[in-house]
Amino acid sequence: MTGHLDLDAAIIGGGTAGCAAALHLATRGLRVALFERRTVGSQASGVNFGGVREHGRDFAELPLSRRARRIWDRLPELIGSDGEFMATGHLKLARSDEQMASLEDFARGAADYGLAVELITGNRLRADFPWLGPRVVGASLCRSDGQANPRIVAPGFARAARQAGAQIFEHEAVEGALRDEGGFRLETERGRRVSARTLINVAGAWGAKVAAWFGESVPIEPQSPSMQVTEPLPYRLPVNIGVAGGDVYARQIPRGNVIFGGGRGWNDFGAITSRAGGGNVTQAMGRLTDILPWTRHVHVIRTWSGIEGYTPDEIPVIGPSDTTPGLIHAFGFSGHGFQLGPAVGEVLAELVFSGGSETPLAPFAIGRFTGAAAPVGAQGDGRDPIAAMQQGETR
Amino acid sequence: MSGARFRRLAETGRPRVAITVDGAPVEAMQGDTLMTAILTARGRLRVSEFGDGPRAGFCLMGACQDCWVRLEDGRRLRACTTFAEAGMAILTGAEEGADAF
Amino acid sequence: MRSDRIVIVGAGPAGMRAALVLAGAGLNPVVLDEAPASGGQIYRRQPRGFTRAYDKLYGFEAGRARALHAAFDADNRIDHRSGTLVWNIEGRRLQTLHDGRPETVEFDRLLLATGAMDRVIPFPGWTRPGVYTLGGAQVALKHQACAIGRRVVFFGASPLLPLVASQYAAAGAEVAAVLDTTPLRAKLAAMPGLLAGGKTGWKGLVYLARLAARRIPYRHGITPVAALGSESVEGFAYTDASGRRHEIECDAIAFGYGLKSEWQLADLAGCGFEFDAGNYQWQVVADEAGRSTVPGVYLAGDGTRIGGAELAEIAGERAARAILTDLGDTGQGAALAACARRIGGQARLRRAIERAFPFPAPLARAIPDDCILCRCEAVTAGEFRASIDRLAPHDVNRAKAFSRVGMGRCQGRICGPAAAEILAAARGVEVKEAGRLRSQPPVKPVPVAAFADAAEDAA
Ligand SMILES: Cc1cc2nc3c(=O)[nH]c(=O)nc-3n(C[C@H](O)[C@H](O)[C@H](O)COP(=O)(O)OP(=O)(O)OC[C@H]3O[C@@H](n4cnc5c(N)ncnc54)[C@H](O)[C@@H]3O)c2cc1C
Ligand code: FES
Repeated sequence: MTGHLDLDAAIIGGGTAGCAAALHLATRGLRVALFERRTVGSQASGVNFGGVREHGRDFAELPLSRRARRIWDRLPELIGSDGEFMATGHLKLARSDEQMASLEDFARGAADYGLAVELITGNRLRADFPWLGPRVVGASLCRSDGQANPRIVAPGFARAARQAGAQIFEHEAVEGALRDEGGFRLETERGRRVSARTLINVAGAWGAKVAAWFGESVPIEPQSPSMQVTEPLPYRLPVNIGVAGGDVYARQIPRGNVIFGGGRGWNDFGAITSRAGGGNVTQAMGRLTDILPWTRHVHVIRTWSGIEGYTPDEIPVIGPSDTTPGLIHAFGFSGHGFQLGPAVGEVLAELVFSGGSETPLAPFAIGRFTGAAAPVGAQGDGRDPIAAMQQGETR
Repeated sequence: MSGARFRRLAETGRPRVAITVDGAPVEAMQGDTLMTAILTARGRLRVSEFGDGPRAGFCLMGACQDCWVRLEDGRRLRACTTFAEAGMAILTGAEEGADAF
Repeated sequence: MRSDRIVIVGAGPAGMRAALVLAGAGLNPVVLDEAPASGGQIYRRQPRGFTRAYDKLYGFEAGRARALHAAFDADNRIDHRSGTLVWNIEGRRLQTLHDGRPETVEFDRLLLATGAMDRVIPFPGWTRPGVYTLGGAQVALKHQACAIGRRVVFFGASPLLPLVASQYAAAGAEVAAVLDTTPLRAKLAAMPGLLAGGKTGWKGLVYLARLAARRIPYRHGITPVAALGSESVEGFAYTDASGRRHEIECDAIAFGYGLKSEWQLADLAGCGFEFDAGNYQWQVVADEAGRSTVPGVYLAGDGTRIGGAELAEIAGERAARAILTDLGDTGQGAALAACARRIGGQARLRRAIERAFPFPAPLARAIPDDCILCRCEAVTAGEFRASIDRLAPHDVNRAKAFSRVGMGRCQGRICGPAAAEILAAARGVEVKEAGRLRSQPPVKPVPVAAFADAAEDAA
């Protein structure tokens, strides 16, 4: 049994969102602790594709995403590392006229949010991007987008948060939480007793499980995008690539490796393991050589995946709980939360201090799922940790 | 470029196989791996992508992956586990970058 | 029982013997191996058109090699698919590239006999052309009738050290010196165990005697300093047991510190692992008959426990008999017990070999900062240590994520053991606490073109 901890804010989940929240809360002088089942940034935040893009997002996410983009430029002053972020631009490809029309629609809509997206077709496409395959008919380019190294971003935020005074507990899952008159009470796998005025649920694919402890139901589906990386090639791909339809995406790092993805792999949600899936993996290779024919002879040296929570409308839940004052959620980023993470941390801090945010959050309200079926994985191991805590059971 | 690295100790009566290494003709023997074919004539197989110099393989058993060579037709072959075939045109230098387009 | 699909990965002594036992029981095992011919590392065959005799190639092992090759080749119940790389396991399916084309092979029972490779510790200059593993130097000779250079220095701590050096000398190569990192004291302490180990134990002495007869210097207790030269090897620098520095002129260096299991497929199959203190490495957990912790997956040979060819062959037979037993054959008890006895009989020798050629962990912990640690990604030991200082990874997988050490084409096969030592040193813990690099598919690089073409054919 590890001692008792009395906090202003407890954070469940050490992804980018959680680590960034810990940094901002600690910087403003709160007593804050973050609990992470494994190690910080070892789940979706640490294994994702590394795309940092506003391009192609649901318009509801754009204000938050715009805010995030400004923070990416400031990472060195914020966490003492640039996270290997490079504003390479993001080029989204169309392989049919229909797809080109969808890119045009996005570009028009994005202008309302001040996001510049250029449409590129015909001779200019070949002149500017001679390395594209012949099936590509057009593209849209968002120059301010880019890419970063996911493996070091969340740990960088965690390190900065620690330096600002936050406590970060790794290998320590929160097994249950409830709220009573005194505030929140948490119990961790090490038997630590924690009390906190505010509770932040940034538990990623497991966020719905935490929400369920407080009677809130979000139909999250845990999925595992298949990722692959090749041996190094000469650096030729100066821009992050996506396609309309999303069945393949690719980027090259200056060291030469091409990182690409497409399709969904396999996961064991209970055991927290995942892998890129065979059929998908080979299909994605075909699609890669289709858009970038010069990758044809390269070798794939590694594949992987991770576990990410997808909501039915594929935008996250961000905002206060509907059932429990002091509980704030931010999870279900549906495959595109890496870029948002740094801004989510700021937004969470604003919500803690003022109850509101300068960024519009209405589309992300948890209430939109009221009445939905019980989430995957909410059942747990059969032991009801909350009932056990209420009965004062000790372990 | 430095001279030959491997030295043949026996089995030298085999039929010859003509390949090229960096454009120059090299006479290999039937049953030579690409590694043997190249290193009995040259000092390296490739150069490291990260600027730390030439490489000439390491394990010879398909484990270390340090012997991949490029062919002029774009293929990449693991030199220690691939037999030399007549007409193979091998490149041991650094690959060209964006200016290749 | 006859309809069970039994697949063996690896056609070395363990896999070949297992296949023969299964075939002898009327089954039709499928044997997959990446190599163009059966034999594995030790009984590797020379290519067609080569003419050297068996005793030239395999020395003391010639009889055993000839018998195994002949029996395997003659048995048409064995479906041997050479040129087949198994690059992934998903459930009960193996994903393979057979002569470069993607194929799926399904199994009900799987025997992994994937062998081993040299275990190394990086030293300054080790990525230079001319530096090879001891096993690699042997392959050059056995498979290609070549020496890795004109004048070769052999060093390290490995049963392969005296063996390969004396094979080189016998084949007419110039052996400049044989330098053993094990102190003489430790070697002498292991002697009684070696000599009590029967023929295998004595063989080592024969190699030493042969080297002595040719007046090739054999030194104990040395510490490697560097491979000298710029574009390629021009010499080797080391310090002797008393700390004095020496330089030897040479154009090639072969080194190694024992062997290391190739267990990537067992990892992908989900098998359990344990740290073996004697062998000083992570090994796949197997029961006394070679069953892994995953039902239907069996293990044999150096891929599970480093023990050499003779033991691998017995372990192959044992795993085959375990498979037969699990298929309902109740008559295997006596034969299984006999295998166990033969394996047990070699236990003392194995321990003596481990003591005679111990892994010099302090050497790994002391790799200089400017020395390349991960040769795939060209990351230096200093860069690795700096990333540990900065982000405090707990295990090698985390350290890999932060530093790229172990992230390249070989997936950490080569640098993994040394990286774990450095991390353990930084954390002040036993190497076991630094964990083991996880395997990820593909276990070896696979060409995008093969799959792109297959997808096109299917469309
Ligand atoms: C393969 C893949 C590719 C992707 N590519 C991109 C991309 O290119 N661009 C982009 O913007 N987004 C991408 N994403 C999505 C992005 O990675 C995620 O949306 C984002 O990282 C989510 O951050 P998070 O902090 O919410 O979740 P996570 O990073 O999953 O963090 C949640 C943490 O909570 C911990 N936890 C859960 N329950 C408990 C508990 N009870 N106690 C303690 N700890 C707990 C977990 O262990 C985990 O570490 C990708 C995702 C994946 C999986
Ligand atoms: S030399 Fe190691 S894979 Fe070829």
